[in-house]
This record gives sequence, C-alpha cells and structure tokens, in this order.
Amino acid sequence: MSAVVAEHDDHHDDHAHGPAKGLLRWVITTNHKDIGTLYLVFSLAMFFVGGAMAMIIRAELFEPGLQFVQPQFFNSMTTMHALVMVFGAVMPAFVGLANWMIPMMIGAPDMALPRMNNMSFWMLVAGISLLASTLFMEGGSPAGGWTMYPPLMLQTGKALPFAIFAVHLLGISSIMGSINIIATIFNMRAPGMTLMKMPLFVWTWLITAFLLIAIMPVFAGAVTMLLTDKFFGTSFFDAAGGGDPVLYEHIFWFFGHPEVYVMILPAFGVTSTIIPVFARKPLFGYSSMVYATASIAFLSFIVWAHHMFTVGMPIAGELYFMYATMLIAIPTGVKVFNWTATMWKGSMTFETPMLFSIAFVVLFTMGGFTGLMMSIAPSDFQYHDTYFIVAHFHYTLVPAAVFSLMAAGYYWLPKWTGHMYNEKIGQLHFWLSAVSVNILFFPQHFLGLAGMPRRIPDYAVQFADWNMISSIGGFIFGASQLLFLYIVIDTIRGGTGEKVTDEVWEDAHKHGLEWTLPSPPPYHTFTTPPAVIPTEHI
Amino acid sequence: MNNDTQQKNTRLIRILVLVAVAMFGFGYAMVPLYDVMCEVVFKKEKPGIPVVDEAVSYKVNKNREITVEFMTTVNKAAPMVFRSETKKLKIHPGQYYTVNFYAENKTDKVMVAQAIPGISPGPAAEYFKKTECFCFTEQTFKAREGRTMPVRFVVNPEIPEQYKTITLAYTFFDNTETSVKK
Repeated sequence: MSAVVAEHDDHHDDHAHGPAKGLLRWVITTNHKDIGTLYLVFSLAMFFVGGAMAMIIRAELFEPGLQFVQPQFFNSMTTMHALVMVFGAVMPAFVGLANWMIPMMIGAPDMALPRMNNMSFWMLVAGISLLASTLFMEGGSPAGGWTMYPPLMLQTGKALPFAIFAVHLLGISSIMGSINIIATIFNMRAPGMTLMKMPLFVWTWLITAFLLIAIMPVFAGAVTMLLTDKFFGTSFFDAAGGGDPVLYEHIFWFFGHPEVYVMILPAFGVTSTIIPVFARKPLFGYSSMVYATASIAFLSFIVWAHHMFTVGMPIAGELYFMYATMLIAIPTGVKVFNWTATMWKGSMTFETPMLFSIAFVVLFTMGGFTGLMMSIAPSDFQYHDTYFIVAHFHYTLVPAAVFSLMAAGYYWLPKWTGHMYNEKIGQLHFWLSAVSVNILFFPQHFLGLAGMPRRIPDYAVQFADWNMISSIGGFIFGASQLLFLYIVIDTIRGGTGEKVTDEVWEDAHKHGLEWTLPSPPPYHTFTTPPAVIPTEHI
Repeated sequence: MNNDTQQKNTRLIRILVLVAVAMFGFGYAMVPLYDVMCEVVFKKEKPGIPVVDEAVSYKVNKNREITVEFMTTVNKAAPMVFRSETKKLKIHPGQYYTVNFYAENKTDKVMVAQAIPGISPGPAAEYFKKTECFCFTEQTFKAREGRTMPVRFVVNPEIPEQYKTITLAYTFFDNTETSVKK
C-alpha cells in the first residue's frame, strides 16, 4: 500500500513538491489537508469564543436578578452564541472533516476545486470577522435571537447591515464548499469506489451538501428582505406597508429546519464510521442508513412550520406539520437501531472516540424524544419559547453534534498528526463532559415545563435552584473543554510519543481507505488511485 | 486532473450554481405564495383602551426625529376597507401632527364600528398622546359609506432616547350587534 502513496507526481497545479514555506502556506494553500486543518483550527477557536459567550449567559443566570450584564448585552450574547456556534464552530468543523477525510476516503488526490476551496475558507473567516465586529458597534451586536425575527431584529443598531452581510458571506462560503464536496464525490472517486461502497461519512456529507445548496440561498433571500425593509422602503415584513412579520418566520424556517440537519447529518456519518471499528463488526444495515439519511433530508423540507405552531395557523396546517414532523422519527429510529445493532455482540473496546460515539447515540436519542414531544402541536403551545426547547436543541447539538466532532477528533487525530493522543486525559475529558453536559441541560427540561421563557436575563425565584445547578454543569462543561484543547496541542507536539501504525485502530484498514495511508499521510495522497477498496464498513 | 473530469466538474458546477440561484428566487417566490395562503388566516391586534389626551403645549425638540408608522387592520368579522393615508412620518417630539385614515363600510347596511389602537413598543405608549381620534368613540357608517377621519397626536419630548420608531396600529371591529348606539 505504500507504493500507492509514495509517488509525488507533478501535474498538480501549484505546489508539486509539498507545502509552501512559512505562514503564507496557510493563506494560499489549495491542499485539501491544509484547508481541512484551517477549518478545524478555526472552528475550535470559534467553539471557545461561542463557549465564552455561553459562560456569560450561564453566569448571569446563576441567580435571579441582574448581576453581571445588562439585558441588552445578555440578549446579544444569546444571539451571538448561537450564530458563532452554528456558523463558526459546528458547520466549519464538519467542513474541515470533509476536506480532510472525503478525498482520503474515496481515493481522490484532492478536492475537485482546490482554489474555490481556499476561497470558501477565507470567506468564512471574513464572514465571522464581520459578525464579530458588530460586538463593538454603536447599539451593540444583534440581540434579536439567531432567528432574526422582524420587527425586533429591525431595531438592531448600526450592526444590522453588517450582520446581514456576514450572513451573505457565510452563505456563499457554505454554497461554494458544498459545490466542491458534491463535485469531489461525483467526479473524483477512485475506480471501484461505487456510490454504495462509499463510507457513510461521505454519504451523509453528500446529502448535507445538497441541503446547503438548497437552503442557504433562501436564508440569504430572507435577510436581504430584512435589509431592504430597513433601508430601502420595501414592506416584506413591515406591517405598516402591508407586509407581515410571520412571512419571515416561514421563509426563515424553510431554511432553518434543514439547517439544523446540516449540523446533525455529518454527525450521523461520523458515528456510523466509528462504531463499526470499535465494535469490530461491519455497520449494520449500510444501505438502510443511506436511505434513512436521504429520507431525513427530504422530510426536513416539509416540516418547517413546527417551529411556529403558535403563530395562529389554520388547524389543517397544524395537523399537517404535526404528522409530517412525527414521520422523521421513523428514519431516525432506523439509524439508532442500526447503531445499536452494530454494537450488538461486537467485540467492543471503549477508547475515547467510541465513548463519545456511544454517548452520541444515547444523548441524541434523548434530544430526539423531546423533539417528538414538541411535534405534538397542542402540547407545543406549552413548550414554545421556553427552556424546554433550549434543552431539546442543546441535547441534539452539544452531546450529539459536538460529541461526534470530539469523537472524530480523537479518532482521526493520530492519523492526521502521526502521534497518539493521551488516552487517560481523553477519557477524563469524556467523563467530565458527559456528566456535566447532563447537569447543564437536563434541568432545563424542568425549567421549561415549569414555564421559564428562553432568552431572558432574569427570572422568577421559583426557577433559582435548577438554574444554579444548570450553571454549575455549564461551568464544569466549559472548563472540561480546555482538556480537549490541551490534548489537541499535546498530540500535535508529539502526544504520548507512541509510534502509531498506518491503521492506528485494530483492523481499521478494512473500514476505510484513510487507514491504508501512512500516519501522518504525505502532503499529496492517492495521486494514483488505490488498488483495493475496503468494504468492511458496508 | 484530466480533461474529462474537468469537463464533468464544469457541467456539475453550472447545474449546482443554477440550483442555488433558483433557490434564492424561491425565497422571494414565498412572498406571493404566502399572501395566497394567508387569505384563510386572520391576525389579532393587541387591544387597548382609547383615551383622550389633553392638548398640552410642549417645547418642540427640533433636534430629535422619531419615525411613526401607521398600521391598519380590519378584524376578520368587520367587512370594511381601512387604510392610513400616511404610512410613515418622521416627527419631532413636542410638535402636533394630523394624519388621515380612510374607512369604508363594504356592506349594504348601517355599521357601527370601533377602532382599537395599539402602540408598540409598549413602553412608548405613555409618551404618545392623541388629542383627536376616531377611536375615542364608535363610528357609525351608512351603507357603502366611506370617509376620511383625522388623528391628531403629539409625542411627549420626555420620551427616552432609545425610542426611534413607534408603530401606531388600529384594528377596526364591527360592533353593530353589541353597540349601545343602535
């Protein structure tokens, strides 16, 4: 297999002889591994920026009353925390994984469009910088929630057009990244790598990329309407001119619901990749996983109004969106069943990536169940805009999407760096995170059911106890993530010193092409397509 | 990358960019689609009790400008045409302004209707003074009658700095059945 990778052939456009020297390498690089690293490092940085905002939120909510920040700034924090985490941390982290892994998983020498790849990364940086700059503007950064509902959002100060242009940049960046991923998967697969032999991570990203191309332009349209309403006298959402703010909610959630799946489908792919390796079994029901992912993606386009059951829809609308939403539980259930069946009677070992993946399955299912509760339109009137929904989507995003990213990090770090991470600290990181994330979010279910509204800096004293517990969990969770930062840096600098093999994990080379490459892989890989396609994962 | 792959890439990119552009258009297409869907949906306004305010004379603050928006809604049960002749007005606090509203009875019967004002943001309401308004009393419309009605208002210059836009919303309700005038 080393014969496959030893050749550095020279018809690759820019740098046939390895990376450019110095810092400029990272600016001009078109190499999928470099760009993957850029995305991952950037998203990790944003994870801590967004996390710091979450710490401000939890500190303020530690006790009733106003202690640390003004309500306006508090609302800025909830808004910016969401935007930074969604567009700056989770999405770019998955794009980073896609950049690193998709070419190596399908036996391609690089992404199909390397220059566009570079551009989409730097547009992301520009977009997030523009968004972050609003924190220092007159009137503060956007504080109307990440959903940016008018008319509230239109009361934003000087920051409004900047936030909107930031969304435009992030959207263009995502669309370019998605086009690149689709082109890579369609046109760059090694001979013999048929669609139904692709690792599930590749499949889930293919479907995610299609979702992104379909929804990001709709979001761009919605915020453009906000912009013209505010500055150019249109009345899309302006009631005084015959518009309707509820229209915005429809357009936003047409984007917003598929968007939340954009953050979870690649996580499904990561989990489906990791569990078979540590259960030492093929993935149970490979093709049903592919179809389930596609079904979830399709359903995501026709359920959006379940986010707005309380706007006063006709009863027929409520019923339709209720039943359509419940349907999503079926393909999702298929997935959870398959992961469980993969582990069934497997020779399991519990290294850190596996621990995070198992926690993903358990805790994502809990987030899914509360989602099912909220899909029931009449009950949703109680849950709407309370901490119950905050608990729900944080269960699907933190111990699900973020845990799968952690799992992916631990799983592929030895491959990327050639060094083994410190397993003891990794496990400590896992247990601290898994316990504290539940202390953080589980009590929020109780708060929501008792009626505590979301997006408020102060609350009635009856909510004090659970909020304090939730905040304590939040602080432990936040602090635990510093362990991850330490492990990543430590591993890059040599880790345990243990020499890792090409396959790193026992028999991993049967599960994916990336494990047939040296660790770390050379700058250019698969310039000649691989001879054998592993099939253990299907 | 060989030419064949490059050609396939170019074709694929064209299609995908086209899809993205089409979806941007779809976002805008949702606007008329929504209007069609909305014919079955009605919206409620926040009810408020109309009060006559005394015509106090304030010191006009020429340095400050506040946008006042006028919004009109007809309750689902009231068959009326109702609109404001001014959609938006930039005003100076302390100065009196008059804006006209037009309402029309679309039925062939006499109608007694009541307009309910709502001011948002809510806390700005106490600084928003109406000295003349069709909402203070019930309005009687003859069959098919339409008329223009003025609202005279002033914004108290003491209004805190943060209020830059105030929306005055009226909803007309058909009170013919319950009216004391009948």
